[in-house]
Amino acid sequence: MSSSSPLSPLDADGIEVAVAQAGAAFAAARDLDELKAARLAHVGDRSPLALANRAIGGLEGSDKGAAGRLLGPARGRVGAALAARQAELEAERDARVLVEETVDVTLPAERSARGGRHPLELLSERIADHFVGMGWEIAEGPEVEAEWFNFDALNFGVDHPARQMQDTFFVEHPRDPAADSGLVLRTHTSPVQARALLDRDLPVYIACPGRTFRTDELDATHTPVFHQVEGLAVDKGLTMAHLKGTLDHFARAVFGPESRTRLRPAYFPFTEPSAEMDFWFPQKKGGPGWVEWGGCGMVNPNVLRACGVDPEVYSGFAFGMGIERTLMFRHGIADMHDMVEGDARFTLQFEGTI
Amino acid sequence: MPRIPLTWLAEHVEVPAGTTAEQLASDLVRVGLEEEAIHPAAVTGPLVVGRVVELTPEPQKNGKTINWCRVDVGAHNGTAEDGTPEPRGIVCGAHNFGVGDDVVVALPGTVLPGPFAIASRKTYGHVSDGMICSSRELGLGEDHEGIIVLARLGLEAAPGTDARGLLGLGEEVLEINVTPDRGYCFSMRGVAREYGHATGAPFTDRAALAPQDESPAVDGFSVEVDDAAPIHDVPGCDRFVAQVVRGVDAARPSPAWMQRRLTQAGMRPISLAVDVTNYVMLDLGQPLHAYDLAQVAAPVVVRRARAGDRLTTLDGTERSLHTEDLLITDSPEGERGARVLGIAGVMGGADSEVTASTRDLLVEGAHFDPVSVARSARRHRIPSEAAKRFERGVDPALPRVAVRRVVELLVEHGGGVADVELTDVDRTAPAPAIMLNLGLPAQLVGVPYGPEQVVGALEAVGCTVSSPHDVAGGTGTVSVQPPTWRPDLTMPVDLVEEVARLEGYDAVPSVLPVAPAGRGLSDGQRARRAVARALAEAGYVETLSYPFVGSHQHDELGLPAQDPRRRSLRLANPISEQQPEMRTNLLVTLLETVRRNVGRGLTDLAISETGVVTLPSPEADGAPQLPGAVRPTDRDLDRLELAVPAQPRHVAAVLTGLRDPAGWWGAGRRADHTDAIAGARLVARAVGVELEVRQAEEIAPWHPGRTARLELADGTLVGYAGELHPTVVTALGLPDRAVAFEVDLDVVLAAVPGPVQATPVSTYPAAKEDIALVVPAEVPAGEVLDAVRTGAAASSAGEIVEDLRLFDVYTGDPVPPGHRSLAFALRLRAQDRTLTAAEAAAVREAAVAEAARRHGAVLRG
Repeated sequence: MSSSSPLSPLDADGIEVAVAQAGAAFAAARDLDELKAARLAHVGDRSPLALANRAIGGLEGSDKGAAGRLLGPARGRVGAALAARQAELEAERDARVLVEETVDVTLPAERSARGGRHPLELLSERIADHFVGMGWEIAEGPEVEAEWFNFDALNFGVDHPARQMQDTFFVEHPRDPAADSGLVLRTHTSPVQARALLDRDLPVYIACPGRTFRTDELDATHTPVFHQVEGLAVDKGLTMAHLKGTLDHFARAVFGPESRTRLRPAYFPFTEPSAEMDFWFPQKKGGPGWVEWGGCGMVNPNVLRACGVDPEVYSGFAFGMGIERTLMFRHGIADMHDMVEGDARFTLQFEGTI
Repeated sequence: MPRIPLTWLAEHVEVPAGTTAEQLASDLVRVGLEEEAIHPAAVTGPLVVGRVVELTPEPQKNGKTINWCRVDVGAHNGTAEDGTPEPRGIVCGAHNFGVGDDVVVALPGTVLPGPFAIASRKTYGHVSDGMICSSRELGLGEDHEGIIVLARLGLEAAPGTDARGLLGLGEEVLEINVTPDRGYCFSMRGVAREYGHATGAPFTDRAALAPQDESPAVDGFSVEVDDAAPIHDVPGCDRFVAQVVRGVDAARPSPAWMQRRLTQAGMRPISLAVDVTNYVMLDLGQPLHAYDLAQVAAPVVVRRARAGDRLTTLDGTERSLHTEDLLITDSPEGERGARVLGIAGVMGGADSEVTASTRDLLVEGAHFDPVSVARSARRHRIPSEAAKRFERGVDPALPRVAVRRVVELLVEHGGGVADVELTDVDRTAPAPAIMLNLGLPAQLVGVPYGPEQVVGALEAVGCTVSSPHDVAGGTGTVSVQPPTWRPDLTMPVDLVEEVARLEGYDAVPSVLPVAPAGRGLSDGQRARRAVARALAEAGYVETLSYPFVGSHQHDELGLPAQDPRRRSLRLANPISEQQPEMRTNLLVTLLETVRRNVGRGLTDLAISETGVVTLPSPEADGAPQLPGAVRPTDRDLDRLELAVPAQPRHVAAVLTGLRDPAGWWGAGRRADHTDAIAGARLVARAVGVELEVRQAEEIAPWHPGRTARLELADGTLVGYAGELHPTVVTALGLPDRAVAFEVDLDVVLAAVPGPVQATPVSTYPAAKEDIALVVPAEVPAGEVLDAVRTGAAASSAGEIVEDLRLFDVYTGDPVPPGHRSLAFALRLRAQDRTLTAAEAAAVREAAVAEAARRHGAVLRG
């Protein structure tokens, strides 16, 4: 088009041509910059349609209306074509930018150090949660313990062979090395039984995970410092069947729904009848089988008496098992060293839950 | 623990043919006798009887003479070139046998104890096709010279016969674990009874009293039991049986079958007298002793030791005796009880030991108080076979039967004649009967045992039940007399276990009890989990360490001699003499864990531990000795509590190397004191407690200038955080600039506030004010921050400080030397209005004024 021959606002054909040219220019714009130039040329103040529109003012009254009816819709169509093309090109640009912004998401994303809980602690908590879920509570006691709680209250006589078989760490008197401190490192979590019975109102249903000590050298299957979980229920009318039911439920919680327990006669001073307990381990290496888990039995009346509980009215059951042992079987840990050495690599295997 | 050869057991109870040690183990475990081990056959492979048919001595250059033998081994013979059987050629260095003797031949393929595999081999110019065996080579004993000639053991068998069976070397042997209440299972008699319970096999009591055992004893060797100081009022000896056998050839070997059984049971055959007493002990459970009668002067006196009494025991150790030791003594030169012969039930003395030249023997079978024996065995550290049995309880009805058996065996295998006279000092009394409600077993076990089952089980274990057949309905009370071999049965519940065990624990149903509603985890338990989880999420790796430490570790931490953390509780019997103390702080053991990790190449570490430390009180007394089975008085319980040392729970962590790892994004960031302080504050914040941070006093093991003292708002010390002292880092071989914290978690938990009371969230706009204050460089930033906070809060605009933080520290022009500029950002917001410029200015002025008042701060222009 030529600026020397301005478009007449009454030139219907010319207007149509201008509209078509604008549309073609918009369509030809390959990006937003070209579209901007096309917009200036076809919609800008100096564009033929804009100039024609301005010329309406100079027309005769009757022509004004005719020109308006010609130019208004024409300019509307050009505006719509521009908007459509604008949207199209913006969408294209946005898509391109997003592609250009692509990063390699497989580059390592961990920019802070990883932490984790020790599996023995995690398993202890899981066990605690199991018993809390049954309405039991979690009891605790000291690791350096009075001999009375560790032995006498539990019906271990001073001269009984069972007391000698505990591989006890004895504690020196704090002031007088020649005197008897009456203290030991607790050899089991069972002293918490006596503490709980003395401190709590009956009935008592408690579990006690905790650290215990025996004078074993560290090797693949022994450690002088280890963890046990103790269970104690004292109520009216409790029987060995309740003990068995509790153990079966616990075994299922730890080793899966197919697990269960088996009792074998045994001897512990603080229970009578007493039993060794095995759990059925479906995932046992070499095929499903029984694995020794811990000891249990009906609370010996002498223990109840030592705690001021009348054995004629109340009965109870107790059990205890090693948490290291449980962890070893549950997680295929072959060597005790890994659990006790504090190597960060061992802990980090158990990130999350257990 | 006892080993149970099946063939021996079968003398007491019917054991089906073909029973294996494994089967025996699974039978016995049902009644409570657990498998300890199954010992494999001592010998495997072709160990056979051979007859020496040719023997050619061949002197060697080295001066030795070897015998080139041809040995007929029956079906195991070789084949000659003409196809006929040919005896095997064997080289033997021993000379105590000759042509015609039957010997034991280990053919190629045999594995002897050691293990020692036999193969054909070339030696001394011959191919030796096997080995002629000695007792030692077969593990049958040490003391026999030369090879075994079967005839001398009284054995006869055709060449080629399996010698393993003949000598008991082919049998697997079960070793069982006997719990402390089952002393009687330290015998074939006891185990056989239990096997009968487990399988129903008929049991024969080989210790049943023979008529002669019940006839009144005729006074034999004079024995006086004179215990002047019984322990717990229980006489040390309530039965003493003694009998003399004269003219015994004590040098004769014990019979082969006896040696075989002793070997199978894990005891070494020694001599006729020792073997016979050991054999009867293993068989019946009664410890026995044989004295050389020539070395014993009547009367034998059983008494407590007197101060100064000494004894050289059979093991050659001279022992100084304790006045609580019960002794067997005799009376040389008429001095009654003047010479010590042995510690009763524990070990005899060397001087009265039977030797090869002994002709006359005094055989002792007695019953001693378990407590007395246990204490003596423990005191002198003699865990003898006798002590093991006595401390668990021996059947007091046994001594006479057992002595008779010993005497019979001595006479049979050593010749001689037993004296008709026999001493039997018998002060035993039947154990008290137990009153049992027949309903108790069902009530306690949860299995509806009928009265017949209850009575039947009790009678099966040897109890006498009073008028059991009169009991109607099954809930009446009966009187139960336990058998003499079950001193462990003293309470009704003991009888309940017998019923449950005989009826089988498998019969106990599984019933889950319903506990009353619980209260869930305690606040403290929940709080501890929150702390542990927060640390893990912040990148700390939780570990556990042993609580044992030694003073060298405190030295490494640089603790001064008087440091209270050196006041530790000591173990009397530590695992390592280097670490006899219980830790008083966590860092001391956690740093060992760090060192181990660093040693394994893990140098970027953030390791934490939560655990208890032991803080003994210097004033504490020992815990009182109180009896069992009775509730201590409240006062005694208080004394127990006071004696147990404080064991607060601490949390500690150590960081080394990079806190934030390096990576494709750039360099990492080294851990520094701020990480340690932030870690400690994280612990407290996890349970809603804010810690105050102060510049710490100089204290080991910390860097004197880079350590924070952490306190509660009221000034209570919680712990320290910061950099470790460079000398400590060097001593422990840690990466440079290692940082750490340790806090007393119990102190933090005690400060946990009640439920948070929420402040409404204001939606009015905030006003922001920045203040830069110039203060002397030595004024801690924390104190300036305090002043700004206090001043701002006290402004006329009211409490409108929503947030206050220090965002910049600047030194240099134009800040004067010796000063620094601290810049604070305040965010102000009111609950009920939009703040005016005047209000914001008032806060700012009040904050500056307070800082100026306290620290001479000047607003930087």
